[in-house]
Amino acid sequence: MSTLEKNDSMPTTGAIRIEDVVKVYDPDGAAVMAVDHCSIDIPAGEICMIVGPSGCGKTTLLNTIAGFHGLTSGHIYLDDEVLCGPGKEKAEPGSDRIVVFQNGALFPWKTNLDNIAFGPMMEGKLSKAEIYDKARRMMVDAGLEGTEDSYPGEVSSGLRRRVEIVRALMNEPKVLLFDEPYRALDSLTKSVMHEALLDIYYKNKVTIFFITHDLEEAIFLGHRLIIMSSRPCKPKKIVEVDIPHPRDYSVLTSPRFREIMNEAKGVVNEEARKAFEAGEKEG
Amino acid sequence: MTINKFLSKLSGRAALRGVIAIVIFIAIWEFGSRSLDLIGWRMPFVGLIPPPSDVLASWTGLFMEPSYWQSWYMSFLRVFTGFIVAMIVGIPLGLYMAINRTFYGIAFPSFEILRPIPPLAWVPASIIFWPTQEMSIAFVTFLGAFYTIVINVLGGASSINRQYLQAAQSMGASQRDIFRRIVLPATLPSIVVGSAVGMGITWEVVVAAEMISGGGAGGGASGGLGFFIWSSYVGGSYEQIIVGMISIGIAGYISSELLRKLGGRFTPWLKTR
Repeated sequence: MSTLEKNDSMPTTGAIRIEDVVKVYDPDGAAVMAVDHCSIDIPAGEICMIVGPSGCGKTTLLNTIAGFHGLTSGHIYLDDEVLCGPGKEKAEPGSDRIVVFQNGALFPWKTNLDNIAFGPMMEGKLSKAEIYDKARRMMVDAGLEGTEDSYPGEVSSGLRRRVEIVRALMNEPKVLLFDEPYRALDSLTKSVMHEALLDIYYKNKVTIFFITHDLEEAIFLGHRLIIMSSRPCKPKKIVEVDIPHPRDYSVLTSPRFREIMNEAKGVVNEEARKAFEAGEKEG
Repeated sequence: MTINKFLSKLSGRAALRGVIAIVIFIAIWEFGSRSLDLIGWRMPFVGLIPPPSDVLASWTGLFMEPSYWQSWYMSFLRVFTGFIVAMIVGIPLGLYMAINRTFYGIAFPSFEILRPIPPLAWVPASIIFWPTQEMSIAFVTFLGAFYTIVINVLGGASSINRQYLQAAQSMGASQRDIFRRIVLPATLPSIVVGSAVGMGITWEVVVAAEMISGGGAGGGASGGLGFFIWSSYVGGSYEQIIVGMISIGIAGYISSELLRKLGGRFTPWLKTR
């Protein structure tokens, strides 16, 4: 990948290969094609932004990688291992692929610290003391000091998202799957979250599969944008973001950022219009 | 002014309002009850019931009577027996219906047919098929809380955010872990709500059941607060009817408060919402 820094230490595992994936929903005989012969190749350690109109089938794709849904045909590989494909319709959910959900899925009945320790506690490979030590350290690293014993409901939504990302990282995943995690946040909180996410990413390089329909977010965070067509979902255009990492918010005003924005905007708007018109017809 | 100060001032004022309202209420009651003597004309409704001062006098007289406290004890015993059994049976039943489709298909239709039958409609039948009077009262009280608890647990456990389950699954939780660490705590708030509502119904039911069944085998002091009211009515002691009514109000309040405290302890994360 040209935009991945060669000098930077990229992880050696965590490459996702989506090969000719088709997903047909067949709820009551009326087959609906959600994903149509979709192929995406994501090298290990890349931040890959999946951009597309609402309801285009991006989340379906994410769910098949995570193992929450099966697929109709095609393959998905993690490194060289088949996650799902013919004969193995549904991937096994696992701690190598952790989802950060749109509305957040922190357990409200557990304190932030207990939430973060949950994954390793379930895996049971480390002792409780080791896990909690690590959890506390990770919280300090992510600027979450002082919120350890609070419940998720007691902290701001921005902090909650950060707790959730740390919880995901505690599992030492190869891939983080983000399903529009910042959709509900206001734009100021969002910009803080973006820098925080990059900060966390620079410390723990993992592959990131990030769904969004916010172009600015996509270009600011991503190495690459995969712009999806409206339903059925398949890659329409790939945009390389050749702004070097590490980035901070000053890139938003750079000329290159504007250029990429303009390049992407035309495609996205066209797809959004198609999706809207299709919705009109169905309605 | 800080928010806290404002709130405490508000709650102080609210408390004061409450006290004043109760005082005015009692004053009107006292006046109404004595209206025939005071103004030579009996006020409707309130003119027929004993004045609060007489009720208080009768009540303080009862404070020394062990049989009065025995009535409290019996009603509490029945309420809590029925309630606890309803929890023990109802919570697993609701949870199991929520997680097992087959069992849901088998159990839910019968449950839904039985549910609309008011617990009091069971009184004659339960007197017939339970060997002792005491057991039939306990059974009817149990029914009062049972349906509410089951429905709430079922509703709570089946509406758990799917993403909690998916997240736990991704992080390596086993089926057992998911039940213990996700389903159970996620259902706890519904269990608490169901219990609180169930407790209220239990008090309604126990009083009626005690009146109808004549207050258990021993009658008299073992009759509970419901029978206490009924026998006061039969005996013509109208002050004691009111004493019994107020006692039930207090008993119900104590039970709910107890449950709220307990529920709050089990669901500490809800305090902050």
